[in-house]
Order: sequence, then structure tokens, then C-alpha cells
Amino acid sequence: MKKLLALTLLGVVMTTATAQARDTDEVRLAIDVPYEPFVYRTPAGELEGFEIDLGNELCKRANLDCTWVEQSWDGIIPGLLSRKYDAILSSMAITPERENQVLFSIPYYNTPSVWITRRDRDIDINDKDALEGLSVGVQRGTIRDSYVTQMYGDTLDIHRYSSSQDVANDLMSGRLDLSFEDYPLAVDTFHFKDDDSEFKKIGESIKKPVSIFGKGAAMAFRKRDKELAEKFNQAIRDVYADGTYEKLMKQYFDYDLSLPVGEK
Amino acid sequence: MEQLNAWFTELLSDNAIFTANTLGYYLDGLGSTVRLVFLSLIIGLVLAVPLAIARGSRRKWIKWPVFLYTYVFRGTPLLIQLYLIYYGVVFIEGIQDTFLWAILKDAFYPALIAFTLNTAAYTTEIFHGAIKATPRGEIEAARAYGMSRALMMRRIIMPSAFRRALPAYGNEVIFMLHASAIASVVTIMDLTGAARFVYARFYAPFDAFLFVAAIYLCLTFAILYLFRYLEKKLLAHLKPLNG
Repeated sequence: MKKLLALTLLGVVMTTATAQARDTDEVRLAIDVPYEPFVYRTPAGELEGFEIDLGNELCKRANLDCTWVEQSWDGIIPGLLSRKYDAILSSMAITPERENQVLFSIPYYNTPSVWITRRDRDIDINDKDALEGLSVGVQRGTIRDSYVTQMYGDTLDIHRYSSSQDVANDLMSGRLDLSFEDYPLAVDTFHFKDDDSEFKKIGESIKKPVSIFGKGAAMAFRKRDKELAEKFNQAIRDVYADGTYEKLMKQYFDYDLSLPVGEK
Repeated sequence: MEQLNAWFTELLSDNAIFTANTLGYYLDGLGSTVRLVFLSLIIGLVLAVPLAIARGSRRKWIKWPVFLYTYVFRGTPLLIQLYLIYYGVVFIEGIQDTFLWAILKDAFYPALIAFTLNTAAYTTEIFHGAIKATPRGEIEAARAYGMSRALMMRRIIMPSAFRRALPAYGNEVIFMLHASAIASVVTIMDLTGAARFVYARFYAPFDAFLFVAAIYLCLTFAILYLFRYLEKKLLAHLKPLNG
């Protein structure tokens, strides 16, 4: 902890010492590898993934010459502050604590959550009367827990579990009628996309409200690099506007994690 | 009342964690814990008396099954027993179609069954030990009066064995209260469940768990004083005169 503090302090000192506007087009982007399918290495050793493609596309739009830097997660913000690289593009969720240290771009994705039930059940998630008294399983303390507690606290009987595997067991056995789970996690736990799966997804994927699900993942910059951040913001707006984002997204995901610009 | 309310609101005004809402969770948790522990102890006690007598029987076919039961339930962790009874039974083919499912579906009854069987096993051994420690003289005196085995058990052995078992049983009650903290792994919102919920929501382990520890402490002291009172009343004849 002391070491980390010292490093951070050193970073702050160094950045203040060399406080000047960036005048090159070279930008180093930090990313924590791997996090499939956002970023991973091919057997040949090349970096690939949604965030790599997105990052390269953004740099092209902003007329910047980008290189990727691998950085493990726990040192990723200190590394940015000590100028080992100029930006982070690594599925970093916007939080108030991080906002104190870094400057975030507009968010570029957020993973949705989904309602899961058994394949042989027929539940209409939008019909609040029909949901009365049904039981839902969630992982304790997650944003999904907050969502069902806030939105369905009076309607559904909420059971809180330590792991999503336990939720799957109880959904299977009939103790639970529903589960509300993070989409990628639900794919792994419930395999609801397989034809022989016991489970299915019902209703729409859910990413809102922001007060529960958060603002989403964004690029992070040093606080003074406002100009650079604005360049990337513009590039993000552009890739949304002309459909490039959607094309990239469909290449890696079969669900919607986009955050259309300006929507709350 | 209004004054009390105002005082309470002011007390809670400058903290983000212990709002009326979270205190409600703790209160519900207290209810679940007390219900679960009280019921399992009562049922366990009722089961343990005949089992303890059977455990001391001279007939092997009565003695050994009871020994096996206490051996298994004292020899395995309560957590494992709870997992087996809650998550394990659902994998028995067709259990959902039997009348048992109405009981096993809810998390409360599997937990109650596990706790009851566990405490019954320990209580059986405590009573068995107390029965075995009956002074020979009392038994011989009862025989000399021409009492049958059943009458001797009822009038001589059991009353004195209960008294001897009291301090050890008091410990078992406290252990049971503490052991009930694992009920939250099967989704029961007991005291620990409430604390884990508050912890996960506010990322405040100290506040959440210290508060719940204080509640457990209060419960433990209540039990302790109850047993001290009982011992004073029931074991008065064992105390030295003018002591």
C-alpha cells in the first residue's frame, strides 16, 4: 500500500514536472490482456478482440498513431498517471472514485442483464400482476440484486445467493421461478443459447437506469489531456453515427452492449 | 413516542448505512435466527431424550443405530449437512412430485431439519453421558424399593441426569445459536444474511459485521443468564450450605 502510494505520488510529481501540451500524434493505449472477447491473443501472438478493433478504428478516425501497451489491471491507473501510456482502453467502468483520478471519455459499452427462466415455463416479465409471488434468485450485493430489490421488491420473492451456480441449481429444481443475471455470465452459467439447455432468456436485455447499472465502460485519460479525450469522444460519436460500431459489435457479440450517444 | 421517534431519526441522520431500511433487514434477520434456533432446539431436545435412553440400551440393535447416527452427525460439519439437505436432495429423481417437496422447496425447512438433526445428535450424547454418570447408590436404592426399570428411569435417573446435563446443554444452545450463522448460505435472511446483505450493498464490512456481532452477543448473554438462573434453581441442593 505504501509502495503504491509512493508510486502514485511519484507519478503526480513527474506529471507536474513535465506539464506541457502533447504535440505528437503518437498515442499509447493501455489494455489488460486477456478479457475475451474484448481482447485476447491469437496463437500467433497478435492482439485481437472487440476493444482492439474499436481502439484501432477510433485512432484512425482521430488521425492518431496508436500503439498498444499491455498492463495488468492493478497498476493500470498509476501507469497512466506516470505517463507510461496516454490512455486506457480496457473495459474500465466509470465510478466516482476513478473519476477523481482520471478523465473519462463518453462510455462506449455496458453489458446488459437478462431475465432467465426454465425452458418449460411461460412467464411474461412485463406483466406485473402475473409476477406477484414468484421467486427470483440473484447474486447477493450485485447490481442485479439492487435492480430487483428496487424495481420488484414488492412483487417478487427475492432469494439471494453466493454464486450463480447455486441459482442455476435452484432454478432447475423448481425452488426459483426466475433469475436475473449479467448477460455474459448467464451464457456461461445457464447456457441458455444452446438448443439442449434447460433455460431460456425472457424479455429484453436491460442496461438502465444508470443509477443502478452504472454509466458503462469508457476510455480513461490524464486529467489535463482534455484535447485528446475530446478527439476520442468525437471518434466514438462517429463510429456510432455511421454504423461502424454496430458492425464491430456484431462481429464479436450476439447481444447489444452499445450505449447510443446522448441516451440516458 | 413522538419524542423517541425524533431522537431515533436524529441518531440515524448522519450515517449512510444504518437507515431504517437496513435496520429492518437486521430485525427480520433476528426474527429468522430466533425462530430457526428455538424450533430446532425444542425439536432436538424432544428427539434427544428417547435417543439418549436408547443409546444406553443393552440391546445391540437399539444401541448401534443411535450410535451410528450421533457418530455421523457429530463427525461431519453442519455446513456440509446443510448443503446435502438443501442442494443435495433436489437431485433425487422425482422428488418434486412427492409431498416432501412442499417442505423442501422453502429454504427454511431444510435448514430446520439440518439444525435439528445436528443438535439432537449432540444433545443425545450429552444426556447419554449424564445418564451414565448416575451414582450407583441411587439406582440400587431404587431397585431396593422394587421400582421397575421404566419407573426408575422416570423418577430417579432422568431428573438427576437432566440436572447434571444442564451446564453442558447450555453450551450446546449457545453453539447452536452461533452455528445458525451459516443459514444464509441457503438464502435464508437470518442475522448473518442481513449483515452480508448490508456488507455487499455498502462495502462496509466493519459496520455490518460489528453490528451483527453485537446482536449475537446480546442473545448469547440472554441465554447464559437463563441457564444460570435455571442452574441456581435446579442445582440448589448441590450447593454448600450458607454458600
